[in-house]
Amino acid sequence: MFRDVLQQLWKDKFARVALIVLGIIYFALFFADFIAPYTKDFSDRTMAYVPPSKIFVIDENGKLSKPYTYNYRRDFDGENLKIVYTLDRSQKHYLKLFAQGEPYKFLGLIPMKRHLFTTDSDGRLFLLGADINGRDVFSRLLFGGRISMTIGFLALFVLFPIGLLYGGISGYLGGKVDAVMMRFAEAVMSIPSFYLLIILASVLPSGMTSIQRFILIVIILALVGWAGFARVVRGMVLSVKNQEFVQAARSIGQSKLGIIIKHILPQTTSFVIVAMTLSVPSYILSESGLSFLGLGIQQPDASWGNMLKEAQEFTNIISRPWLLTPGFLIFIAVLAFNLIGDTIRDVLDPKNKVR
Amino acid sequence: MQIFLYILKRILQSIPLLIIVSIISFFIIRLSPVDPLAELKLNPSVSKETLQKETERLGLDKPIIVQYGKWAKSFVQGDLGVTSNGEQVSVKLKERIPNTLLLAVIVIFLTWVVGVPLGVAAALKWKSPLDRVLTVLTSIGMAIPSFFFAVLLLIFAVKTGWFPIGGLTSSNFAEMTFGRKILDLAHHLVLPVTVLFTISLAGLQRQMRANLLDVLDSDYVKFAKAKGLSEFKVVYKHALRNAINPMITLLGFEFAGLLSGAALTEYVFQYPGLGRLILEAVLRSDINLVMASLMMGAIMLILGNLIADILLIITDPRIRVKGGAS
Repeated sequence: MFRDVLQQLWKDKFARVALIVLGIIYFALFFADFIAPYTKDFSDRTMAYVPPSKIFVIDENGKLSKPYTYNYRRDFDGENLKIVYTLDRSQKHYLKLFAQGEPYKFLGLIPMKRHLFTTDSDGRLFLLGADINGRDVFSRLLFGGRISMTIGFLALFVLFPIGLLYGGISGYLGGKVDAVMMRFAEAVMSIPSFYLLIILASVLPSGMTSIQRFILIVIILALVGWAGFARVVRGMVLSVKNQEFVQAARSIGQSKLGIIIKHILPQTTSFVIVAMTLSVPSYILSESGLSFLGLGIQQPDASWGNMLKEAQEFTNIISRPWLLTPGFLIFIAVLAFNLIGDTIRDVLDPKNKVR
Repeated sequence: MQIFLYILKRILQSIPLLIIVSIISFFIIRLSPVDPLAELKLNPSVSKETLQKETERLGLDKPIIVQYGKWAKSFVQGDLGVTSNGEQVSVKLKERIPNTLLLAVIVIFLTWVVGVPLGVAAALKWKSPLDRVLTVLTSIGMAIPSFFFAVLLLIFAVKTGWFPIGGLTSSNFAEMTFGRKILDLAHHLVLPVTVLFTISLAGLQRQMRANLLDVLDSDYVKFAKAKGLSEFKVVYKHALRNAINPMITLLGFEFAGLLSGAALTEYVFQYPGLGRLILEAVLRSDINLVMASLMMGAIMLILGNLIADILLIITDPRIRVKGGAS
């Protein structure tokens, strides 16, 4: 079945493009340490808010040359009371492929120094400019993507088992248990989800390590989403629980939990796959929204949402539009997931033509 | 008469729901290690007496169950306590809720007026270029993060100067004539409405398209066509009425989505709504305010669903019969 789905995806024009785009994104994120010219925490305070580096291939004599860049100089313009950035044309910094740069641990394990491309150690290569702390936006985009693009998936893997089991038990047992369980789920759904999200996030104590925080955000995202899913599962369970194969399982003495897990829940597989692919984007969006508000992933860790936090001050983004790049990446990733989700739904659930 | 009984039943049903909501929210908030009065204590303009009154009202020195009981009692009596600035929470809510409702109602109205016809058009011209273009556009609409879109529009507003930057009213609002006031409000609403409209339009259009496609595929529509009824009559008299019913159920969900989506949009545009209120309250850990706005959010959501259900009874006679029987 899995291969079938993949083939169908490849046939669809939009889905193919989406798959390729996501493939590139995940590939880049996996090799982020190597592709990024700087590490996540590399910062040069004298370079705060410098614009994207200009790369020249034609030198001042009009001749073709190896690609090089100039550093920016930050000067204070006393007349207009603002900081101006000028190219420091006194020294050329050539780009180098596979050269030694900032040391890092590849995938957190193998110590390495080589980067895909970098420049000499006193040159600064900021492809997408720098943020307030003089950190390379391009590198941070890659590291931030690691968090933004995985957190949604992880939340789903926490949420779906909970929802399945909850809905399964509620639907199969029926009666008072069902009534109580469903009232509780409805109550959770009655709180506007984003309100619940920010409140849960605000409860998190400060001073956690970034890994603890990451895990807790995953759990919070899952806590907000399980109720709606459990309700749908319950409905599906109700429709199959009196069929013969369930009665057969009961008659040979299978335990209740066994029947739910082994016989009833597998009936919901294709729905689960469709629901999962369609909800990845909403979790990516939730995380970015949360981090945008400063309640999600915290500095100095990067995520696409918290990188956009600086864009809250619009004086900031008007003169520094490169700070908006994470937003476009979120947009592209979500769009790609949506296109794939739509196609998977068409394949697995042909009756339901596009939502 | 039956309808009224049904409504009454639904309202009674939502009371236990609200109680559970309040218990959940109360315990989540109390889980936090933050002292609920910390902010209040730091505020020099808040008197010792107010502090003492708040401590007693919340029963902070007692176990959590007692605290909840105290909170619930004063909530039912309409006493929501004071914010960390020493303002009355109820006053604050009264000021903010209408604004959020205004935003939500305008957005829902616009999405329906635009989304339903677009959905119908896409379904009737299934797999035509128009349908494809609409599918692509709605995919885009669904993929833009609301806050990012809001930020982009803010830049646009600053660069062109065509729209005010944030807020709901101009500074000289109080001196304006009635007509000018309306215009001023509308001017401020354009951008937030645009953001929320774009995002909810996409979902609505898709749903409408899918429903109509489903209905057009059903036997009775095929029969009507075979009988020789005109295309127009088949679609608008038979198919559309049935395709629209599930949309009304969706109205409740849409309202819920708007409450959530509006929070970020309100925050970016500095729009004085419930969403921004709760956000700011959370960021300042202003417990009374958070608790009260959570409850208001839940009440609004339940009311929204209730209204959708009532509308459904009016439009769908089948439910009237079933609802009466059960």
